[in-house]
Amino acid sequence: MKNFDEFEFTESGKEKVKEIISFYPSGRQQSAVIPLLDLAQNESEGWLPMAAIEHVADLLGMARIRVLEVASFYSMFNLEPVGKYFVQLCRTTPCWLRGSESLKETAEDITGCKLGETSSDGLFTLIEVECLGACCNAPMVQINNDYYEDLTPESFRKVLEALKRGEKPPPGSVVGRKGSEPVNGGLSLNADIGSC
Amino acid sequence: MPKIIIDDLDMEVPEGITVLQACELAGKEIPRFCYHERLSIAGNCRMCLVEVSPGPPKPAASCALPVGDGMNIKTNSEMVKKARNGVMEFLLINHPLDCPICDQGGECDLQDQAMAYGQDNSRYREDKRAVKEKYMGPLIKTIMTRCIHCTRCVRFATEIAGVPEIGMLGRGEHAEITTYLEKSLNSELSANVIDLCPVGALTSKPYAFVSRPWELKKTESIDVFDALGSAIRVDSRQTEVLRVLPRLNEDINEEWITDKSRFAVDGLSRQRLDRPYLRFDGKLKESTWAEVFDLIKSRFSKTDGDRIAAIAGNQCDAESMIALKNLMTNLGSNNIDCRQDGAKLSSECRSSYLFNTTISNLEFSDAVLLVGTNPRMEAPLINTRLRRGWMTDTTKVAVLGPKIDLTFPVDYCGNDPRKLRSIAEGLDPLSSTLSEAVRPSIILGMGALTRSDGSAILHFARTIAEEYGLIKDDWNGFNVLHTAAARVAGMDMGFLPSIGGLDIEGILSGASAGTIDIVYLLGADEIDMSRLGDAFVIYQGHHGDAGANRADVILPGAAFTEKNGTYVNTEGRVQLAKQATQPPGDAKEDWKIIRALSDLLGAGLDFTTLGDVRARLVEENSLFDHVGDILSSSWDDFGSYGEILGQEFECPISNYYMTCSISRASQTMAECSKELFSQSKEENAADA
Amino acid sequence: MLTDKDRIFKNLYGRDDWNLKGALKRGVWDDTAKLLSLGREKLIDEIKESGLRGRGGAGFPTGMKWSFMPKDDSRDDRPHYLVVNADESEPGTCKDREILRYDPHLLIEGCLVSGFAMGANVAYIYIRGEFYSEASHLRTAIEEAYESGYIGNNACGSGWKFDVYLHRGAGAYICGEETALLESLEGKKGQPRLKPPFPAACGLYGCPTTVNNVETIAVAPTIIRRGASWFNSFGRENNTGTKIFSISGHVNTPCNVEEVMGVPLRDLIDKHAGGVKGGWNNLLAVIPGGSSTPCLSKSICDDVLMDFDSLKEHNSGLGTAAVIVMDKSTDIVEAISRLSHFYRHESCGQCTPCREGMGWVYRVMQRLVSGEADVSEIDMLWELTKQIEGHTICALADGGVWPVQGLIRHFRPELERRIISRKTSNSNLISKPETPVL
Repeated sequence: MKNFDEFEFTESGKEKVKEIISFYPSGRQQSAVIPLLDLAQNESEGWLPMAAIEHVADLLGMARIRVLEVASFYSMFNLEPVGKYFVQLCRTTPCWLRGSESLKETAEDITGCKLGETSSDGLFTLIEVECLGACCNAPMVQINNDYYEDLTPESFRKVLEALKRGEKPPPGSVVGRKGSEPVNGGLSLNADIGSC
Repeated sequence: MPKIIIDDLDMEVPEGITVLQACELAGKEIPRFCYHERLSIAGNCRMCLVEVSPGPPKPAASCALPVGDGMNIKTNSEMVKKARNGVMEFLLINHPLDCPICDQGGECDLQDQAMAYGQDNSRYREDKRAVKEKYMGPLIKTIMTRCIHCTRCVRFATEIAGVPEIGMLGRGEHAEITTYLEKSLNSELSANVIDLCPVGALTSKPYAFVSRPWELKKTESIDVFDALGSAIRVDSRQTEVLRVLPRLNEDINEEWITDKSRFAVDGLSRQRLDRPYLRFDGKLKESTWAEVFDLIKSRFSKTDGDRIAAIAGNQCDAESMIALKNLMTNLGSNNIDCRQDGAKLSSECRSSYLFNTTISNLEFSDAVLLVGTNPRMEAPLINTRLRRGWMTDTTKVAVLGPKIDLTFPVDYCGNDPRKLRSIAEGLDPLSSTLSEAVRPSIILGMGALTRSDGSAILHFARTIAEEYGLIKDDWNGFNVLHTAAARVAGMDMGFLPSIGGLDIEGILSGASAGTIDIVYLLGADEIDMSRLGDAFVIYQGHHGDAGANRADVILPGAAFTEKNGTYVNTEGRVQLAKQATQPPGDAKEDWKIIRALSDLLGAGLDFTTLGDVRARLVEENSLFDHVGDILSSSWDDFGSYGEILGQEFECPISNYYMTCSISRASQTMAECSKELFSQSKEENAADA
Repeated sequence: MLTDKDRIFKNLYGRDDWNLKGALKRGVWDDTAKLLSLGREKLIDEIKESGLRGRGGAGFPTGMKWSFMPKDDSRDDRPHYLVVNADESEPGTCKDREILRYDPHLLIEGCLVSGFAMGANVAYIYIRGEFYSEASHLRTAIEEAYESGYIGNNACGSGWKFDVYLHRGAGAYICGEETALLESLEGKKGQPRLKPPFPAACGLYGCPTTVNNVETIAVAPTIIRRGASWFNSFGRENNTGTKIFSISGHVNTPCNVEEVMGVPLRDLIDKHAGGVKGGWNNLLAVIPGGSSTPCLSKSICDDVLMDFDSLKEHNSGLGTAAVIVMDKSTDIVEAISRLSHFYRHESCGQCTPCREGMGWVYRVMQRLVSGEADVSEIDMLWELTKQIEGHTICALADGGVWPVQGLIRHFRPELERRIISRKTSNSNLISKPETPVL
């Protein structure tokens, strides 16, 4: 069991910390607070224990309350432990119009937990989030860092089941779209690309 | 100067002010919650909206908008009224309308402004927000459901107090104000957030449910818990002081006071000496004025003047000191001293014992050298000025003395007092720092002056002042930071040994050796009582503290809230404290006790009224006639050449919350001491 | 219809290689130094001339914005900053994402050209934290650009030092507001700043700063290469150029597409997005420019043009040009109520009207969904939105109440119907309106 009462960056984390801080002018290292908290969260099983917040504060010479303000302001920081797969269902109108509600049911069904909960096996945490900016590929869900797009209850079920089995389903559109092109190919950008 | 129009009134206003300030100049009242003239501008409450043209067709937050030439400002147009009414409605929807059980009731900005901008009913049909209370320590009570998120407390803690420990967590309607992990605010100024909070979210914990503002008698007075003489208002009901609030005094405390000034007053109703006492068989027994006076008379009649001594304490009013001084003179004693701590100050040159820069000018000093002082403990509001100087990039502070946390970075020069001499002799980089500064200054604390080498320290400090441009036509950078409210008045009136008399050290060793038979302690609790030997000790004062413990006779006097008294602050400013309540029981105003005693001892004093005593003060030193002012003092020779010892400086105050008999009797201070003092000790230990 | 040769974003769909190799093939980094050799003033003039308006939603003329940056550096040694707003979070909008992941070099080149034009040696690209793979594409592209000398100490051999840094956000819509973004970039909560001062005078770290949207920056090099007159030949005055439209919701083939400014909404939906589900007559309403813009009823949609001015005429706006299509099966009240939920969730909490008002609006909206309200509350809700609008530091609250205003403007009868039917306990009527069978 990882000890969350203490926190220190891993060796590679420390390297990254140095690099991140170097992006900002000297004396402006506070700018690195979000990237560092993000890094700390990655190294703490997806959430930010108080020890990590304090470590980042001390590292950047910031008051702890300022770092806690930041950690509590941004929705991507979890101040409580989360499951191995952090499933974020987009609930905003463009996804909702294309059936995000039914994905919610699927998710609750397969993970066995309700929104805002972590499954008893610690595998899934389920939450609803606001627009994730992939509206032309709605409905979509973010699981850890990956977007799964163009979902239906059936295809979403497959994604979750695969995760349950320990597989990693390929992220992106589950109907095989490369990006946000019309599913039938559309009328633009079909020709070979040449210089103009 | 920009020309503007405010509500059809043509105005010319100073460059760089805000629209809100301009409106105030025009006599227009602008409602506000988040705006506070001493804090940075947040612009978030949106109550101060006014209509400004030219500009976008929407109201502008006047607190954040600089005036521009040609602006036409309307403070009471339809647009403005609608906007403010709207903001008020939003503020109230989630604010519990629990005014009847809210301690802010009657002095609440939201309540007052709702009278002007609120509606008589609510359109809000939804559930109101409830927010969990947050623990903020023994002084601040929180009812966070009432919070309107103005962030004044956050800004105060960060900017003025310099302890960035309050923040607003979360966002949107879930945003909540809290201290980090709900710890106490580690500041000597923390309770000012209670005054700043425009609603009843942060209220006084010790004063919770004690009284309503309209039941209180309000007395404008002067604080005595440090030597600044902050302006306070003493709120009392019948015989009891219920609370102390700051009053505005731009020269001294602006509008802040320290936590001790505000909250030590619960000590006024504990451990009080409310009747005379006599020691009988080694134990103090209740007595009467007649009985104790008889005893005193019999002791004095057997004792020669030169075997009598008097020591004045740290919170004595000038009236009682002059009375005692005159009494001692009449009795033939020159053994008097107001320097309980043995500070090596003398009265010949007034500049030598004053904070000459003045409190309000301190923030303009570009280089400040602190010697043996921790202003954060000894005078937190001096530290506030230094901090402001640092924040405005004006002031750089160097510290020679114990390592201290002043809430801002300092140039720490270690704790070898001999360094002072190196600086004076130009052998230290600080010498050039000071001489290159435009307005350099030095602050000597009691930690530097109460040592046996205090006079040499004064000498070298004077040399520094003279050598490095601290003394100029328009600037005096030489400062002594007193910790005792009574000290400067004592110095000014010469409550000091006159020729042949004994000073504090002489009195104590005389008492130990048996050459001093009677010691009169006027509120003096801070001396080593074990050195009083077999002397007959008269303690006149208000609290059963160290002095009373040692006393053979106790004369119950009045605390500073119970008498009209004159104080002179560390700058040399004469100020009057006013009586708020009567002394308890048989206790009397102190000068009257001495006056009565003088008759009894056949050393009759020639005054009968307070006016007479004050006239005596003026006779002694005409500066006592200049209430409120600082008289300029000439610069002269002082201190004496000598070796500075290598022994490190020590801070005169180890526990900020317990520095006098009142604060030691205060339950609130005891709680603070327990919580905050131990908390900061832990942190120091962790840092070390 | 715009032809492919006039499309700036040739790899919008990621059909081609997004790396440097692919970018070079598409003409990115083609003698960029020559563009810079035009000089700062000419570059800004050219952008002004092109009529380019900010693509992030507000539509402020880009050239003018750049010209606010101080020109005389001799009296002021503060560095200038270009900050690229890649915090794409406006519901319905997903265009910048495609640029970030499939044409990152176009953006980096845009950073250099526009950064140079405003005298900036440093660009920060603030990308929303959720765009993880987009950020890694961009990071790779930045590395490639450094390695090939397109940016760095002597960018493209121009003698101009230019650094590009990627900064990931962490989930806050408000950081798309430029001053909130700057606060966030400085390591604070994303709470918008009071203006004035404006970023061009006092922005990032108190230095002159211009914040531009990804698309705005990415189109700049092409505009310079092909000339202002090429760009402004598309569209009409004040509404020139090409623009990426995101079409989502009830269409057959939701997609992003680059089209001419002022393309008819119906063309956009029919030609590129495969038409409204169930046909044009099944259209209920369209949100034309991202969640902040008020919806349009079908009759307006029939012939409205997709540009700043036409949409403004209809009390809406082009915003981010994110077209959210709703067919007649839509519970329009719920659709808008979800947007109210969004704004309530994303309010930073600074200003009273937004912090308190967005929650109130959402709760009333929630009751209007089920009809659990009084008819008079529709007027009250309208008043509330007016009480919020224009009374806050930033425009988030405005954007939050406009969709509600649009709903009341176009669908008041539907709101009343629900209330009355609930009052008369006719539960049948509460259900969604009938979908016409086609």
